[in-house]
Amino acid sequence: MPLDTFRQETREWLAQNCPPEMRKPSRGEPDICWGGRNWQFHSNDQKIWLERMASKGWTVPMWPKEYGGGGLSREEEKILREEMRAINARSPLESFGIWMLGPALLHFGSEAQKKEYLPPIARGEIRWCQGYSEPGAGSDLASLQTKAEDKGDHFLVNGQKIWTSYADKADWIFCLVRTDPAAPKHKGISFVLFDMTTKGVTTKPILLISGKSPFCETFFENVKVPKANLVGTLNDGWTIAKYLLTHERASIGSGLSLAGMRSLPAEAIKSFGRDASGRLDNPFVREEVIRAEIDGRALLATIERYRAEAKAGQGVGAKSAILKYAGTELNKRRYEAFMTIGGSDALEWESARSDEGTLAREWLRTKANSIEGGTSEIMLGIVAKRILDLPEA
Amino acid sequence: MIALDEDRIMLRDSAREFLTDKSPASELRRLRDTKDKDGFSRDLWRGMKDMGWTGILIDEANGGSDFGHVGMALVCEEMGRTLAASPFLSTAVMAATAIRRGGSEEQKKKWLPAISEAKAIIALAVDEGRKHAPEKTALKAEISGNAFKLNGEKSFVVDGHVADAIIVAARTEGEPGDKNGISLFLVDAKAPGISIERVIGVDSRNNARIKFENVNAVDALGVTGKGFGLLENALNAGRAGVAAELLGVAGESFDRTVVFLKERKQFGKPIGAFQALQHRAAHLFGELELLRSLVLSACVTLDKSPDAAGSIVSAAKYKACEVAKLAVSEAVQMFGGMGMTDEIDIGLFMKRARAAQELLGDAYFHADRYAQSQKF
Repeated sequence: MPLDTFRQETREWLAQNCPPEMRKPSRGEPDICWGGRNWQFHSNDQKIWLERMASKGWTVPMWPKEYGGGGLSREEEKILREEMRAINARSPLESFGIWMLGPALLHFGSEAQKKEYLPPIARGEIRWCQGYSEPGAGSDLASLQTKAEDKGDHFLVNGQKIWTSYADKADWIFCLVRTDPAAPKHKGISFVLFDMTTKGVTTKPILLISGKSPFCETFFENVKVPKANLVGTLNDGWTIAKYLLTHERASIGSGLSLAGMRSLPAEAIKSFGRDASGRLDNPFVREEVIRAEIDGRALLATIERYRAEAKAGQGVGAKSAILKYAGTELNKRRYEAFMTIGGSDALEWESARSDEGTLAREWLRTKANSIEGGTSEIMLGIVAKRILDLPEA
Repeated sequence: MIALDEDRIMLRDSAREFLTDKSPASELRRLRDTKDKDGFSRDLWRGMKDMGWTGILIDEANGGSDFGHVGMALVCEEMGRTLAASPFLSTAVMAATAIRRGGSEEQKKKWLPAISEAKAIIALAVDEGRKHAPEKTALKAEISGNAFKLNGEKSFVVDGHVADAIIVAARTEGEPGDKNGISLFLVDAKAPGISIERVIGVDSRNNARIKFENVNAVDALGVTGKGFGLLENALNAGRAGVAAELLGVAGESFDRTVVFLKERKQFGKPIGAFQALQHRAAHLFGELELLRSLVLSACVTLDKSPDAAGSIVSAAKYKACEVAKLAVSEAVQMFGGMGMTDEIDIGLFMKRARAAQELLGDAYFHADRYAQSQKF
């Protein structure tokens, strides 16, 4: 289909099918649709929007049609994004299944696994969580100890994961487990999938400084996992883990710079006003804000450039570590600026006026940005080794 | 945003090959140590003509190769990498832009082929005080018969000492600080009343302080009194070029530093094995990547819609100043004592980075200009 025809048809379809409430600016987390068995839709419009988009395959526009995707080309997907943005349409569905497991299965999964797991992700029926970190395996992820013993037709899984995002709300988990304790640490890991309702799985939310509990401790006690749920080759799970981490880092870096963020210049003008020349009436704050604005623009331009280079077959690979590092550090800087600029308003924690401390909670949340998915220091180490080829520390 | 296509990759590779061969950093040393009378090599300039660079922003009808701003930036970056001295920025970038955008057919026919053929060097005279501030232009142009008389002084005029002609920003109306009332004139560098003082800079590159005393100007470029937009067009092309050059200066000093980190041994191992240095190097690499995206983005915009490019060009020049400053400071620190010597080239990169930061507006100038473009 010619691209302008596609644009026209997409525009018409969106105009007819995107419910009014789904065109209101999203407040972020409270307005996200995560889907899953136990999902309570916030409104009928949210439900209709998910169903309609899923029927087109547009919750995962670039996945192949046979797995519930839209089968769109990169150009078409870009048009869809632009047309959705033009009417302020919210994303119909977000999930770790879309961001992480899906791409991994498309790459490493068997045909049967793709058929079984991808369509429910696309329809928002199954919500996934990621079992990576352990109490003793953070930055040194490959030292993970959760073990899966071969018991003939199944693995027996025992151990503990931590920082499992939304484990208490997830239906299934994709999980790194040790299948060969004798092998060197990177060579004895496998990638398995299992249902969170399986006997022996328990979760416990962790209370964070933001007052929220997006992460859990997850315990496995004699959990039986069918052998068919192994993805890729036995003991070669680290390959998938690395692939996924690269994916996650790129999406953390990119995700933070998306439109719809709070505006630093607008907040600064509210606090300080303008001088006679129209400039912000505080030169120190003005400089800090504009430096962050330019760095934000540089980050966006870099995301776009890497995208264009990847499309042109010019390798990007380890450069996702740069997006992750630069994106998360910038986000922390921005939120420190929001807190300063917001003054005493920004400190409100339990008040209707502050929507129960939304800004302060977001500020605290940003501190995790440069820890989760690989710390800033790990990212710098990756750049030093994989790109600059500096010697082992 | 774009990825470089094959033609542009070829342009970049051939630029790197040509400059590494014809104008490595040792060539700048030669110009400096022999006290060269021009401060650049006319052979090199003719070589750049043969490469198609002198006409890089000139249309084919006027003898140019018309590679556009993305191409220009690739060449400037490579020039930064070898510290190549030439009138490229003044003549092929800024003067060519001013004449192509604002010149009459007659002016274009006279000057653009001459620039393409490397037969004319044209300097752009803007700054008057010690800081770049085009709207503060004070040099007076007063009507006298059917000509204007120019009176005043210009400083930091790049290539002013070797220019055949000078494009002068002058005030025909209003007060310094007004964007209205600025006019551009093309004058012969040998016209009576012009006195040119060559200034050799810290970076061994050349500019001039130029006095204008009752200089006759008949050749206005664009509409008199409304020259600020045209001046900005020329300056923006130049600023993007300098930003690209700074990317090259920073990138080359960074690459040399990384090589050094792998070679230099202390405490029994390469100093690049120390995490304290690894992280600083990796951070710098990230900054260079961010800068590269802004430079490319600025040049894509200059190619597509030059009148709307001011804000992204300022973002790029701002970032270029900051990243280059960091890159050369880190280079000297990591090279240690050797970094302080004239024996190795790192100091030359630091000196050029300093001058190029100042040229056409420093980080503060561009941060302010970017803020203003966002109504902030």
